[in-house]
Amino acid sequence: MVEWVRVRADMPPGHVRTPVYLRGKTGWVERHLGPFPNPEALAYGHDGTPTPLMRIRFTMSEIWGTDTAHPDDTVDAEIYAHWLENIEQPHAP
Amino acid sequence: MPHDHHENLSPSGHPYRADNDHPLTYWQQMEIAIRELLIEKGVTTAAEINGQIDLMDSRSPANGAAVVARAWTDPAFRSALLKDASAASKDMGFDIGPLRLIAVENTPNIHNIIVCTLCSCYPRNLLGLPPDWYKSRAYRSRTVKEPRKVLAEFGVLLPPETTVRVHDSTADMRYIVIPNRPAGTENWSEKALADLVTRDSMIGTGIIEAPQVP
Amino acid sequence: MGGSLAGPIPTDQHDFALWEKRVDALMVICSGKGHFTVDGLRRVLEDMGPEAFETMSYYERWVASINQNLIEAGVYSTAELAARMSEVAARGATYGDAADG
Repeated sequence: MVEWVRVRADMPPGHVRTPVYLRGKTGWVERHLGPFPNPEALAYGHDGTPTPLMRIRFTMSEIWGTDTAHPDDTVDAEIYAHWLENIEQPHAP
Repeated sequence: MPHDHHENLSPSGHPYRADNDHPLTYWQQMEIAIRELLIEKGVTTAAEINGQIDLMDSRSPANGAAVVARAWTDPAFRSALLKDASAASKDMGFDIGPLRLIAVENTPNIHNIIVCTLCSCYPRNLLGLPPDWYKSRAYRSRTVKEPRKVLAEFGVLLPPETTVRVHDSTADMRYIVIPNRPAGTENWSEKALADLVTRDSMIGTGIIEAPQVP
Repeated sequence: MGGSLAGPIPTDQHDFALWEKRVDALMVICSGKGHFTVDGLRRVLEDMGPEAFETMSYYERWVASINQNLIEAGVYSTAELAARMSEVAARGATYGDAADG
């Protein structure tokens, strides 16, 4: 069962570990990694509450548009749960 | 390993870059000042700093190459490595510290390449310190958008039917690529295979050519 | 910086200088002992902005970030750093003279 997710499109100031080029993009969970201390708190000297981290796989066409040279190549990135929204399957994979 | 060699010689026995007789920079002043303050305040010692540099110098792509060669020759190890690369590397005697390692395997149809777009995350316990290009703006910017063009600059030309999987090391994982084992090495020893494995092949910017028959 | 425009991948490679290895070692030691985290290192590197990437070397950016994190953590004060840097500069004109003085 594929778990589809969308990365939040928020643009807060300060330190986050969610790359800007992936914000607002849809992908699926490649694997769950377990909880890790939230780097957004660690970066400012606070204890980071453990937060689920997962590897999300995105297609090049989702990130860069369908006219990209190799639309089926992929990018995997680790994203913390609070940056992800569950969604219905967006389209046939 | 002696602790007194840092002052003049690199581990390969060559002199360090001639930074010791160049004009002192502002940032070098800062490094000296911080180091002395940390030692005076008991945070660290000169010996601990030298020990850390020794450890850094002792790590090289040969560590990663040994892991790859074992994966090529030992199917049980390969499975364990793909399942939990941290534990499998530790079993081989490589301490990878608190970081988690993921091994991604190339196949005839899939080519993996590693980048860190946010900073310069690198599996330094298995590969040593990252090369300068890995930390460059160009590599970090382009690899997630046009990996095949980046690969072409490294001399790696992939057929269109190969899928490229880019791994952006954005958080707590570090990655090592298990490259394809070259043809013609079926009877090679693990040690001889390890000698074939290049640093770039474990980052994904290189492939291992089949050895020339002498 | 993922996806932004950039030129060819630079192929120059330098051997790390002793002072650079020392900066790296200080980062590993101080973060290992809990004085700050790699996330704190990255936060300050990011806050330096893109100009710093063009004008400072990798370990120059690192030493600046390590310093800010250590001051924030209260390991030493700005005044202590300033006084020590002046003292270091007065020892000699080269890294060797200043580091060994």
